[in-house]
Amino acid sequence: MSDVAPKPSDQRLERIPDIGCAPVGSSAERRLAELWETAPGWRGWLSTVDHKEIGLRYLGTAFIFLLMGGIEALIMRLQLARPDQTLLTPDQYNQLFTMHGVTMIFLYSLPVLSGFSNYLWPLMLGSRDMAFPRLNALSYWIFLFSGIFLYASFPLGQGPNAGWFNYVPFAGLEFNPGPNIDVYALGMVLLGISTTVGSINFVVTLFRMRAPGMSIDRVPILVWGTLTASVANIFAVPSVSLAFFLLWLDRNAGTHFFDVINGGKPMLWQHLFWMFGHPWVYAVVLPAMGIVSDALPTFCRRPLVGYSAVALSTMATMLLGFGVWIHHLFAAGLPTLAMSFFGATSMVISIPSAVAVFAWIATIWLGRPVFNTPFLFFAGFVLLFVIGGLSGVMTAAVPLDFQLNETYFVVAHLHYVLIGINVFPVVGGIYYWFPKFFGRMMNETLGKWSFWVMFIGFNLGFFPMHLAGLLGMPRRIYTYAPNMGWNTVNLVTSIGSFMFAAGILIFLVNVAVSLRRGSVSSANPWDAPTLEWATPSPPPAYNFAVIPLVASRHPLWEDRLAEGESRTSLNEGYLLMEGRETIGTTPLDAKPDIILKMPDDSYAPFFLGLFSALVFTGLLLDWRQFTVLMILASGLTLMAWLWPREILLQRIAGSEHAEAGDYG
Amino acid sequence: MAERVRTGKRSGGWWGMWTLIVTEGSLFGYLLFAYFYLASQTEQHWPPTGLPILLIPGINTVILLTSSVFVWLCERCLASGRPRWSLASMATALMLGMGFVLIQLTEWQKKTFDMTTNLYGSLYFTITGFHMLHVLVGLVILMILLIWIALGYFDHRRYAAVTIGGLYWHFVDVVWLFVFSTLYLFPYLDST
Amino acid sequence: KDTAAPLNYFLHSAGPASSPTMVLGWVLTTVVAAVFLIITLLLTVALLRKRTVEDPQAIGPENQGMAWIYIGTGVSSCILFALVIYVLITLNTIANPTRTPALTLTVTGYDWWWKVEYEENDAARYFATANEIHIPVGEPVLVKLKSADVIHAFWVPLLAGKTQMIPGLVNRQWLEADVPGIYRGQCTQYCGLQHAHMGFEIVAQNPADFRKWLDEQRRDAAPSSALEVDTGKEFFMTHCSGCHSIRGLGAAGAHAPDLTHLTTRRLIAAGLLANTPENRIKWITHAQELKPGARMPSFALSSGEIAALSAFLSTLN
Ligand code: HEA
Ligand code: HEA
Ligand code: HEC
Ligand code: CUA
Ligand SMILES: [Cu+2]
Repeated sequence: MSDVAPKPSDQRLERIPDIGCAPVGSSAERRLAELWETAPGWRGWLSTVDHKEIGLRYLGTAFIFLLMGGIEALIMRLQLARPDQTLLTPDQYNQLFTMHGVTMIFLYSLPVLSGFSNYLWPLMLGSRDMAFPRLNALSYWIFLFSGIFLYASFPLGQGPNAGWFNYVPFAGLEFNPGPNIDVYALGMVLLGISTTVGSINFVVTLFRMRAPGMSIDRVPILVWGTLTASVANIFAVPSVSLAFFLLWLDRNAGTHFFDVINGGKPMLWQHLFWMFGHPWVYAVVLPAMGIVSDALPTFCRRPLVGYSAVALSTMATMLLGFGVWIHHLFAAGLPTLAMSFFGATSMVISIPSAVAVFAWIATIWLGRPVFNTPFLFFAGFVLLFVIGGLSGVMTAAVPLDFQLNETYFVVAHLHYVLIGINVFPVVGGIYYWFPKFFGRMMNETLGKWSFWVMFIGFNLGFFPMHLAGLLGMPRRIYTYAPNMGWNTVNLVTSIGSFMFAAGILIFLVNVAVSLRRGSVSSANPWDAPTLEWATPSPPPAYNFAVIPLVASRHPLWEDRLAEGESRTSLNEGYLLMEGRETIGTTPLDAKPDIILKMPDDSYAPFFLGLFSALVFTGLLLDWRQFTVLMILASGLTLMAWLWPREILLQRIAGSEHAEAGDYG
Repeated sequence: MAERVRTGKRSGGWWGMWTLIVTEGSLFGYLLFAYFYLASQTEQHWPPTGLPILLIPGINTVILLTSSVFVWLCERCLASGRPRWSLASMATALMLGMGFVLIQLTEWQKKTFDMTTNLYGSLYFTITGFHMLHVLVGLVILMILLIWIALGYFDHRRYAAVTIGGLYWHFVDVVWLFVFSTLYLFPYLDST
Repeated sequence: KDTAAPLNYFLHSAGPASSPTMVLGWVLTTVVAAVFLIITLLLTVALLRKRTVEDPQAIGPENQGMAWIYIGTGVSSCILFALVIYVLITLNTIANPTRTPALTLTVTGYDWWWKVEYEENDAARYFATANEIHIPVGEPVLVKLKSADVIHAFWVPLLAGKTQMIPGLVNRQWLEADVPGIYRGQCTQYCGLQHAHMGFEIVAQNPADFRKWLDEQRRDAAPSSALEVDTGKEFFMTHCSGCHSIRGLGAAGAHAPDLTHLTTRRLIAAGLLANTPENRIKWITHAQELKPGARMPSFALSSGEIAALSAFLSTLN
């Protein structure tokens, strides 16, 4: 993370890195392994900063949250399967759907994509790690702790219960005096730190950490997607953190931001929440769309059609995405003119999506599809995306949304987009990269079963929700009367939900079985074009023994694509082995710029994460001294983290000042 | 491709600080949005206690901006190989920053309302409090930099930490201009 | 209209504030279905079309297929722009009634019932009722929407779209019924425990009937002086009047539905139960089981009290 190598003379500022080869087993390779490998046992487990390890942890943790949120949903579906059921009390139901939404939106859908991106970015970009490996670890730990924090009061029957968008004044002290909303508010601020730190890391990684030659028009679409999402998060997350913080002040310090009697405005909450909320829903799908854009071509045996158009459409979606938040407020009684504008932008936002959809279809059409499991998920995704997007267009039609708003039609829309554009690509992505993660292939038979059960179950379960919405069924009701005409659709939905869950179960069984018994995979089992497949499966701790010199968008297909003369150099490149090092390049055209000293494993991220979570715990329980103590502990941990390392002499690892401002 | 790979002026930390500033800048943006939104929607007299007095806050603004100049000077001195001067400059900046805090605290003291009195009080103290928090963090950063300068950790070629920490301090100061304009100047505009 | 699915706005609409939306819904559904079918067709053919077998190792060329994106996006954009225009026209059509509303009423959302107020400008003619709104057929009606606690939303799908009721704000919406009938309404903004059971009804009547209803509602309650009724009244005044009001008896509670003309309403407890004497008693004795969390307690009543209260309530016509 420093600019210079540790040599005692002034020479240390400038050094020409060796270019060479380091085949497996060579002394150079062994030295690299020694430098980069994490210590065994719990020490390494707590201190590792390896992006691959962190990525897998993100994936695993997010999946656990998916299961928890899923089980909550299944219980809700039992209650809703028939009219007038009494399986759940209204209070239990309200906590369930709130925790379901919170879990799925905040603890599953973005973290799971962060998992992929953390694991894959350095491999795809030809680097040895992310820009800030320790921040990376910190962002995981805070994510984990905030997830636990958000669930802390749920087992006590005091979980958040005001819906995931938590409208005031219902979420205010007067109508919700318990600890539930404080848990939600503080948990979200804590989680916001994790998201911000992670996003900063992705943005800087993109600017600094690409292999020489990996110019900006050669990075995979997944990178574009995550970059766009990260930039968006940097702008959007403060909005929701602030909203929750102000709510917490209202509840605990007696301020009046949302306090109607004293002039506070509930609409302020709606604006702040959705100014964040809408960009966020794109942040949780753009990287997943990137997964498809990168992986689908592998199974079509051709590059993606319209790379630049798709990359641009990714950014255009996000840009427009900051200008549509009012479409969640169409029923709030705003002036017609404002609604016209935001209704129009909400429809126009479909145009970049059209670019992507037609690019995928063209890729399949012009390619020679290989019907492997991942491909099925990606092709199925295209269909689900279109259904979810089209229902979005219907809700964007302002007058129609006066009817559709807050009915099951919206619930149908949000599940088609979230499950269609997030869960399906994620599961497909796991089938695709599993061999890279673990060095074993997943079982194809179980894979096909899991796809078809999930695909049919999903549509069976969630398509009827559109009908329920058109029949007038409001969302967030714990039961309904038998004479409303909603009995059949709900029964079918419940059956479909369980079928979908069974599909997930098959997938999980497949993972468990394949981890042990899957056939051993080669470095590039799918004959894919991108750099991560140039590394062994699973990749060594240092990723690339030599930093590759990239010459095209499809380094592993170059010979067959018959692109220009130059060829990517995979076996010969910068060696860089005086400590943990990698190369830093210029932001746009990826010219080698500096040698980056990467940090060693460190406990600081874990402890900083722990202490900051304890700060929030102290705030929640109103333990003043404890809170102050934990703030001090966090500060000291930060100081230790930032203290100039002797080995670097006078160079300061300046980056981590980043957090000093954030929670110092 | 065997060109010389050398120190980039703009280290990873520099990029990181900029992204942090963007996200923190947005945070203040949303905070001020909340102020303007509530001010525009309110039925209350705004600000309830009448127009703010500008003199002391105005002087305080100048103090804060001056401290930024000294931080910048500190960096320049380091770059031109005058570590003593840079140390003095940083110390001055630190003093000015602390002066700002003290004056701001007396400003708070003088207010006849607190954050629970009314909506305006909530906004005033939350916004200035948020800024104060950033100033304090900034002061800690300056203090650490001061120590590191004193320990001789920097020389004319290596002072990235000062650049990066200074960036944060400049940000805190620029944000104050927005806060100041919103809380102190805007009511004058609004009342005419 | 007691249709099987009383909130089905997709197939039914009954007034100028909702009919253009229903047509918009059909048009959009058709367009969207067509787009879906075309995409499905393209995708299916793309997946299944026959390929000439060539070198299995070969990789397709990169710069190809842009026409797909140009044509697909171009056509989509045209459709979308046309839709935007149609949507905005519809929005303008339903934004305001063509005539100034003859009737203005105020509906206030409470946890979890609706207060309805008529003729606020005229203290002498003012009255409040609950959970059942009467309007004249063929007249635009302006509804002012308020909330007493949290955000609710007022929605009578067959007559108009929904509008939130936000504390501290007065939102407005208009509606008009073309034909006499009973239109079901429902709270659609999540408002807590009994959000599910926060329904109401709009009764659209011929203007003459409507005026008659207004006159009846304006009357004070005049319970007979039969002994049992009197005992019931007594009980009511001690146990219920803190929350409920009954005009003419001095019961002035403001936290609960006005009961002056309770028996004229079709349903009780915000649409939960039919308004029969048995249900009224069932409600009073088991409110917390029927509607857990409702802001009315369950009362443990002796059979004598039940009979008296029942008799008293039956006189509130
Ligand atoms: C997860 C990601 C995600 C994505 C990608 C989208 C995508 C879109 N969403 Fe959605 N939305 C949510 C998540 C998402 N949404 C969630 C979670 C909610 C509910 C929150 C809550 O209340 O709990 C919501 C709610 C929501 C509402 C509010 C409804 C209401 O509460 O009343 C609206 C209204 O405009 C809307 C619109 C859209 C539109 C226009 C798109 C567009 O981006 C879709 C664009 C895509 C296509 C249109 C398909 C592909 C295009 C073609 C095939 C071209 C041809 C098409 C035509 C010619 C039409 N969404
Ligand atoms: C990524 C996001 C995501 C995902 C994946 C899901 C998944 C599911 N959701 Fe959810 N949902 C939301 C996001 C999501 N949801 C959001 C944001 C809301 C709005 C919340 C609010 O209003 O505040 C919502 C609301 C919501 C509602 C509306 C509640 C209401 O308004 O009253 C319902 C109702 O049916 C529902 C159902 C389901 C079901 C059945 C699944 C299924 O897909 C779940 C599938 C099950 C699993 C993934 C579990 C794994 C499987 C096993 C453990 C196998 C073993 C079990 C068996 C086979 C029995 N969801
Ligand atoms: C603590 C306040 C409170 C008390 C005391 C109270 N009620 Fe209620 N009552 C309510 C509320 C609130 C509702 C609306 C409940 C709902 O629909 O969610 C209600 C609803 C009703 C209704 C249905 C009205 C309608 O049109 O839907 C009747 C009838 C009724 N109460 C009768 C009584 C009687 C009789 C008593 C005394 C024995 C009584 N109430 C005591 C608060 C109270
Ligand atoms: Cu009132 Cu929902
Ligand atoms: Cu949206």
